[in-house]
Amino acid sequence: MSALTPGFADPVLGAQAAFRAVLEAMSRPGRIVTAGSALRPPAPMNQAAAAVLLTLADADTPLAQDAGADAEAWLRFHCGAPLVAPGAASFVLATGAAPALASLVQGSEEEPQNGATLILQVAALVAGEGWRLTGPGIETEHRLRVDGAPEGFLAAWAANRAGFPCGVDVVLCAGDRLAALPRTVSIAES
Amino acid sequence: MYVAVKGGERAISAAHAWLEETRRGDAAVPELTVVQIEQQMGLAVDRVMAEGSCHDRFLAALAIKQAKGDLIEAAFLLRAYRTTLPRFGASEPLDTAAMRLRRRISATYKDLPGGQVLGPTFDYTHRLLDFALAAEGVERAAAPEAPTPVESAPRVTELLAREGLMQREVAEDAEPGDLTRQPLTFPAERPVRLQNLARGDEGFLLALGYSTQRGYGNAHPFVGEIRVGHVTVEFTPPELGFPIELGEIGVTECQMVNQFKGSRTEPPQFTRGYGLVFGHGERRAMAMSLVDRGLRAAELGEDITAPAQNAEFVLYHSDNIEATGFVEHLKLPHYVDFQSELENLRTIRRSAEAAIQEAAE
Amino acid sequence: MTQTATNPDPERRHWMAVLARAGAAEITDLLAPLPALPAFEHLRPPETGLVMVRGRAGGDGAPFNLGEMTVTRCAVRLGEAVGHAYVAGRDKVQAELAALLDAALQDPARRDALMDSVIAPLAARQQAAREAEARRAAATKVDFLAMQTIR
Repeated sequence: MSALTPGFADPVLGAQAAFRAVLEAMSRPGRIVTAGSALRPPAPMNQAAAAVLLTLADADTPLAQDAGADAEAWLRFHCGAPLVAPGAASFVLATGAAPALASLVQGSEEEPQNGATLILQVAALVAGEGWRLTGPGIETEHRLRVDGAPEGFLAAWAANRAGFPCGVDVVLCAGDRLAALPRTVSIAES
Repeated sequence: MYVAVKGGERAISAAHAWLEETRRGDAAVPELTVVQIEQQMGLAVDRVMAEGSCHDRFLAALAIKQAKGDLIEAAFLLRAYRTTLPRFGASEPLDTAAMRLRRRISATYKDLPGGQVLGPTFDYTHRLLDFALAAEGVERAAAPEAPTPVESAPRVTELLAREGLMQREVAEDAEPGDLTRQPLTFPAERPVRLQNLARGDEGFLLALGYSTQRGYGNAHPFVGEIRVGHVTVEFTPPELGFPIELGEIGVTECQMVNQFKGSRTEPPQFTRGYGLVFGHGERRAMAMSLVDRGLRAAELGEDITAPAQNAEFVLYHSDNIEATGFVEHLKLPHYVDFQSELENLRTIRRSAEAAIQEAAE
Repeated sequence: MTQTATNPDPERRHWMAVLARAGAAEITDLLAPLPALPAFEHLRPPETGLVMVRGRAGGDGAPFNLGEMTVTRCAVRLGEAVGHAYVAGRDKVQAELAALLDAALQDPARRDALMDSVIAPLAARQQAAREAEARRAAATKVDFLAMQTIR
């Protein structure tokens, strides 16, 4: 096992800053924000994904991850979240092949907030080109290019959005940058 | 409904300044330290920890100081503080059979393994005011020690259960509901009821427990056992994967033995009501166990006739922080509400007066 | 860590239990005459939170949530070893010392000296305090035999 690295240098301020970043990203879908630049999470987990999990996952939020034993030990230590199968998790970290959106917890009409959040690691996020995003939080249209999104993602996303208010929210993470796709956003191919 | 009103900031800040001053009292009298409260007002600290649902003696003592001795206000402060802390997880269930005993008595068996240990109790005192306490600095004799220390002792209920005369508890380890995470819903399972009662208002529990003895609930309780002492708390950190000891906390446990006439599936036997509370809280643990037994009426197929058997009534009204919030909110401005009531009343009066006049004419 | 998960070392559980019950000042005093421990890295700076304490209905039945307690945790790295501490209360100095000692005690080169000069004296004091209380409790034990002799 490689050495366990620290989490946020200051757990309160670090988590507050990352929470602010995720809030900003969720309220303005597709906008790229920075998070976790100072973290050294075990590969293949990237800094932004690590920051999101350090901030949002804890003993009350079941977590699924595919990033291997080192990442598992790191998440177990820093988040204390129970590790479960993707279909039972509140947070799902996908560093490799992403699970189908429809296979994750969708929430119910009564409790849509129980829908899972997928933290999806991608190769790169570029603003100003690529997908056309519209919906709440976007005045007219927002452009976001996602390199390394799973095949068939846009079709799966359309199905996910059709299930509103149930469904899955996605946080796309590349390096120390992230952009969010709340279940309300519509995505069109460029 | 109340309406937010602006203004009064100056009055509020002056009121708070005066509150600070009255908290301190006469400046010529030495100020109480938090440690003095923790050490010398220990039972108040225990009650605040129980009703605040947070075991931390120093924080409870600080809350008592800040609340000027108002224990419900202090429990409120402690509950508010706990919401600022992250939760690491849940402990392993306490093993009260391994309790390090300070006190352990049974009203059902005179000679029981481990014996009757009185501990530091108010029982058998004469309830005469001790004016010697008014003179400070008087040396008190140290409590005597016996050569052989007390050891942990088996639970009395276990002795009865071994003979088949006491209904066994269901020992399955289902994840219990948690009122701090999920709101109360009905029917409430016993674990949720016990959590609710453990942090319930002592006065409310006492009155309800008392009512079951006086005929409102058909109870014939005996104290099977009361034990007061320290138990080790074990917790399994996810990163370690094995349980470690966090330290010890003081608790009081009461097993109330009740008759049960039996049912189609179960023979006549004893059943138990259970009380477990933080700190030394004997009255509280006993009242809790009486009410727990009352609330088991439905599952034991008994008639539900009394307040202490009515789960909705008991569980919705046991929490003194919720209760004080709802009662005390009435003093907030209800000016608009009241204006409409007033208007309504005047209209009714006018039409009633008109009707009387009409009838007279 | 996977190793400890499957096979908790009873000696480690013992020293962690002793440190969880020891005050920061007591530990510092016992460490003072010893050679200083090398520099360590915080994996998790001392942090205070809550653990939900569970009891069982009837003492031996289904678990229920009794109420929370304050707990302070800390984790440090000392060379190859990772030291953990979870201690009741809010003393961050105690939690850090307990984590540091947990790491140091995992090193066979240091273990015996630390067990003898820190853990053993702490454990002895804790045992003595427990026994003193148990003897006071014993003095309040009712001796019903005395009544029979009178009669």
